[in-house]
Amino acid sequence: MLEIEIDGKTLTVPDGSTIMDAAHQCGTHIPHFCYHKKLSIAANCRMCLVEVEKAPKPLPACATPVSPGMKVQTHSAMAKKAQQGVMEFLLINHPLDCPICDQGGECQLQDLAVGYGGGVSRYEEEKRVVVGKDMGPLVSAEEMSRCIHCTRCVRFTEEIGGFQEIGMANRGEHSEILPFLNKTVESEISGNVIDLCPVGALTSKPFRYTARPWELSRRKSVSPHDGLGANLIVQVKQGRVMRVLPRENEAVNECWIADRDRFSYEALNSTARLTSPRIKQGGVWQDVDWQTALDYVAHGLQCIAKEQGAEKIGVLASPHSTLEELYLLQKLMRGMGNGNIDSRLRTSDFAADMAESGAPWLGVAVDEINKQNAILLVGSNLRKEQPLLAARVRAAVKKGAQLSQIGVFNEDPLCKLHANQLVSPSDLVSRLAAVVAAAAAVKDVAVPEALGGIVANVDATAESIAASLIAAESALILLGDVAQRHPQYSVLRQLAQALSDISGARVGIPAEAANSVGAYVAGAVPHKGALGVTAKTGLNAAQMLSSPLQAYVLFNTDIESDSENSAQAITAMQAAKMVVVCSPFQNELANDYADVMLPVAPFTETAGTFINMEGLVQGFNGVVKPLAETRPGWKVLRVLGNLLQLPGFEYSSAEQVRDEVLSGNKADVKNLLNNAVAEQSVACSVVSGLQRIGEVPLYQADNLVRRAESLQQTKDAGVVCASLNPATAADLGLADGGMVKVTQTGSLQLPLTLDERVPTGCVRVIAAHPATVALGASFGPISVERA
Amino acid sequence: MAIFESGVIFEGVDTSDLNCWTLDAYQARGGYQALRRILEGKMTQDDLIAEVKGSGLRGRGGAGFPTGLKWSFMPRNFPGDKYVVCNSDEGEPGTFKDRDIMRFNPHSLIEGMIIAGYAMGAKAGYNYIHGEIFEVYELFEIALDQARKAGLLGNNILGSGFNFDLFAHHGYGAYICGEETALLESLEGKKGQPRFKPPFPASFGLYGKPTTINNTESFASVPFIVRDGAQKFLEQGKPNNGGTKLFSISGHVNRPGNYEIPLGTPFAALLEMAGGMRGGKKLKAVIPGGSSAPVLPGEIMMDLTMDYDSIAKAGSMLGSGAVIVMNEDICMVKALERLAYFYHEESCGQCTPCREGTGWLYRVIHRIENGLGRPGDLELLDSVGNNMAGRTICALADAAVFPVRSFTKHFRNEFEYHIEHKKCLVNHKWC
Repeated sequence: MLEIEIDGKTLTVPDGSTIMDAAHQCGTHIPHFCYHKKLSIAANCRMCLVEVEKAPKPLPACATPVSPGMKVQTHSAMAKKAQQGVMEFLLINHPLDCPICDQGGECQLQDLAVGYGGGVSRYEEEKRVVVGKDMGPLVSAEEMSRCIHCTRCVRFTEEIGGFQEIGMANRGEHSEILPFLNKTVESEISGNVIDLCPVGALTSKPFRYTARPWELSRRKSVSPHDGLGANLIVQVKQGRVMRVLPRENEAVNECWIADRDRFSYEALNSTARLTSPRIKQGGVWQDVDWQTALDYVAHGLQCIAKEQGAEKIGVLASPHSTLEELYLLQKLMRGMGNGNIDSRLRTSDFAADMAESGAPWLGVAVDEINKQNAILLVGSNLRKEQPLLAARVRAAVKKGAQLSQIGVFNEDPLCKLHANQLVSPSDLVSRLAAVVAAAAAVKDVAVPEALGGIVANVDATAESIAASLIAAESALILLGDVAQRHPQYSVLRQLAQALSDISGARVGIPAEAANSVGAYVAGAVPHKGALGVTAKTGLNAAQMLSSPLQAYVLFNTDIESDSENSAQAITAMQAAKMVVVCSPFQNELANDYADVMLPVAPFTETAGTFINMEGLVQGFNGVVKPLAETRPGWKVLRVLGNLLQLPGFEYSSAEQVRDEVLSGNKADVKNLLNNAVAEQSVACSVVSGLQRIGEVPLYQADNLVRRAESLQQTKDAGVVCASLNPATAADLGLADGGMVKVTQTGSLQLPLTLDERVPTGCVRVIAAHPATVALGASFGPISVERA
Repeated sequence: MAIFESGVIFEGVDTSDLNCWTLDAYQARGGYQALRRILEGKMTQDDLIAEVKGSGLRGRGGAGFPTGLKWSFMPRNFPGDKYVVCNSDEGEPGTFKDRDIMRFNPHSLIEGMIIAGYAMGAKAGYNYIHGEIFEVYELFEIALDQARKAGLLGNNILGSGFNFDLFAHHGYGAYICGEETALLESLEGKKGQPRFKPPFPASFGLYGKPTTINNTESFASVPFIVRDGAQKFLEQGKPNNGGTKLFSISGHVNRPGNYEIPLGTPFAALLEMAGGMRGGKKLKAVIPGGSSAPVLPGEIMMDLTMDYDSIAKAGSMLGSGAVIVMNEDICMVKALERLAYFYHEESCGQCTPCREGTGWLYRVIHRIENGLGRPGDLELLDSVGNNMAGRTICALADAAVFPVRSFTKHFRNEFEYHIEHKKCLVNHKWC
């Protein structure tokens, strides 16, 4: 610590601080553009020049380290003259188009120009014109003449995004910010450059010209997408969500949000919204009032329960639903006498359910990811599953952590890999087993007996992964989405557990959805009640779909896209007597299989709670009124509970429901989290023939992103094709590409793509996409032939 | 054309001999004796640095920083790689001395860098050569090859156990890459933009490792200092301005070229050596140290000696030793316009004052030159210049401002005439 003086105020600051840090500490504002606390220091805008005693010229506060006894003047004549000089330079070539600029009203240049700029320009020469650039469907770079070359966007893509997609080309006054030639910006967190841009050069393409910042009210919310639970500011104008911005929370999303958090709001305002309850009668859909619709549902469910038994009814709820909704759903179901409720719609192997010690979770706090020394990703394309978690992993790697992965698709993690093994889905088990065996050999312990049956050929990669985990002070094994959806997920969990026991690494299961952990806490799983208590058990998601029931209640889900096996889900829905769809959106396939559609509110129109992957309980309120006849899910379920004459459905607010679930005490939640599984004997399944790799594209993961127009224009919305490793294609005589016919339950004609990133013996056809719902199990056998 | 008086670097070099640059020719002139002496264990690292300090050698790239002192900043006990880098990115308009060193006596540079590498415990050296002199780059590569084959570079140099390798690298002609940290960025394969300092290259240089960067001429002077002693070098110049210096004379003289003369030689003598003014015209102005040095009127120049202190006292800089001589026919507005255009074109664009200011200066001067000057333009130039100088990461903004200030100060009447009469005061053939 050392003592310095800023504008006459004495303060003590840590060694190595900059003048800017110190000024923040004492609440002094130093004007700046290029400086950003999360980015490297560029010191190029020169706006933060201040006077330092004994320095002959003004120094940039952002880059000048403090020294003992330093005396800084931020508003002296010298400092002011320097700051005003820089402001004049920034403005000479900046267009005077504030009235039509989208940044107007929230522009740092505009704000600072008020304080440091002149009223009249002395610059009477020609102004610079810079042609606009195409940065893709999300970020607009149409008005690059406004750019002040602070390079925040460049540094963001390089340092946080992991890959410098934006650069500053050319020299001097000809410098231009641009993406690579003929490329757009494809980062899954690219939208943050819009916030970072201090001027109106980079703006939000979907939001542009739709509102002025001063017309918008800022409301707090929480992201309903991935399991991180990014904190949001939802901006609203006249009861309509206009845009979404990050709300800073250092422990969760820092000051970033992923593109789907930012742009998925487009779905909320889309014509795809369901605006009224509907009933299908004689094959024709009719809008009805809520009373009629809910009476119809209650009556239908009661009849089926009476005639066929309540166990013939099943509830499939999306893990993106709120804690309150999930709790009421299971309460409703269990009240009717069965436990057929599940929210793990994409899981296919539930064998670990009874061996679980608690709800699966990240294993560490989110902000501890950065502090890991070794991370092993098993079956995870982390960038496309958890964009911001991936950014934290990259930050850890930058600090020296060793990242290894065993995966089924070789996506570039945009950081250094210690070890990388590309395997077919079925080999995921044996390769992880090899790491376990390698770790056991190093530690000279035995592999747990139950896992002895798995053939594990220890190779150099396995040894190097094991060594890295053992050597690390803090290591983490993350089971990603592919692992969680894997046909032998329970085996993978046991192997991870064994590896953890041997190596000392922790096991983490990053929640796929905003409320995957919340669903466990709410008891929206068939094997456990709320808060993990014993309750009526029932069928899991896979069982409910593989042997069709008489009635289904689908909550907040497009089941054909959200389940592991699309074809099977559609068959089950079509076979059912009654399908009740509670969703904010219309769904073309549901028009066919559903009997009732109830418009329930998306996250912006209801109060609710999400519990994120580290067990953080985050409540939020609705930010706008429900659209048309839409009603918050908890209210719909309350009324349904009443109509079914079930006890304990007399709620008057979402908070009341939440208090009931959490017993008013948030601390309980963390005690429910536990990734440990008891040892079970493992049957080693041998898979022969081609296997499908049915990953869920980033922007098909839930019903909101699926309907967000701009996100759908990006590559991450999923490319529908059959990708084969060139070697596999050659074996199959398909090396020259063209159209192929892929067959699982149904068949599809798809263009063939040769892709080195796909393991041999596999066909990669994305799941959760409207164009591939005819196919079956995402990681099941598949055949491919020339069309 | 290159003409040399006897001196340090070009001592005994016959530039008319097509083979004067070869290893054999260099060794015949006594080359590599200094290195041999050192490797035989006759000089320790400390001795070497003391010797260079004692010679009073000041950086020949332009800033004139004492070379020995710079060497002593190198953390010699730093565990890990250290580098020696030669700045041959000679981009300053008017300067062409490093080109001739590499053309006629490349081994003096190679030997100087090996000695520097030894003194600072560096693992490797890089010579960053200006991108527009490809022939020189290719020749230097051959010279490096000769040295490698002779066991003077690489592992176990001359059987001494000392390892050092040297590589040539060429830029692509950006002026800014002559700034040492921009040069390092460029050498690393990045866009050539100066780094914010501190940290200085001595602690965070090439690839983040301790690095010493010197100019070609500085390195090339080292073998002489080691072989003949600091005292002998010092004696060639005057106090605090030791040794000889290469001056690149261009402009309206009869024999433009490089002249190696002792520091402290009167400018009049140098002009004489260069054959005097071409066509017997009157000397109007001299830029004594490369385009970024302030211009001095001819009459002031004639009373000065060519050394760091004398030129500085007169309000300019010895800089890189590029002496641009202008006769009475020159329109100073036109001359400044050309210089301002250069800096406008070469600003890297990183810092706001330089990126925006260099263009502003150029446009105003361009206007004045083209008869569109307005009253108040000179005050505007002055004010814009004041907002640029000292406000940026590197000194390019200052370099752009110095000529503007000095031209408008010493030749104000010409600028005023231009603004008022929309034409030149001087009758020259281009106007």
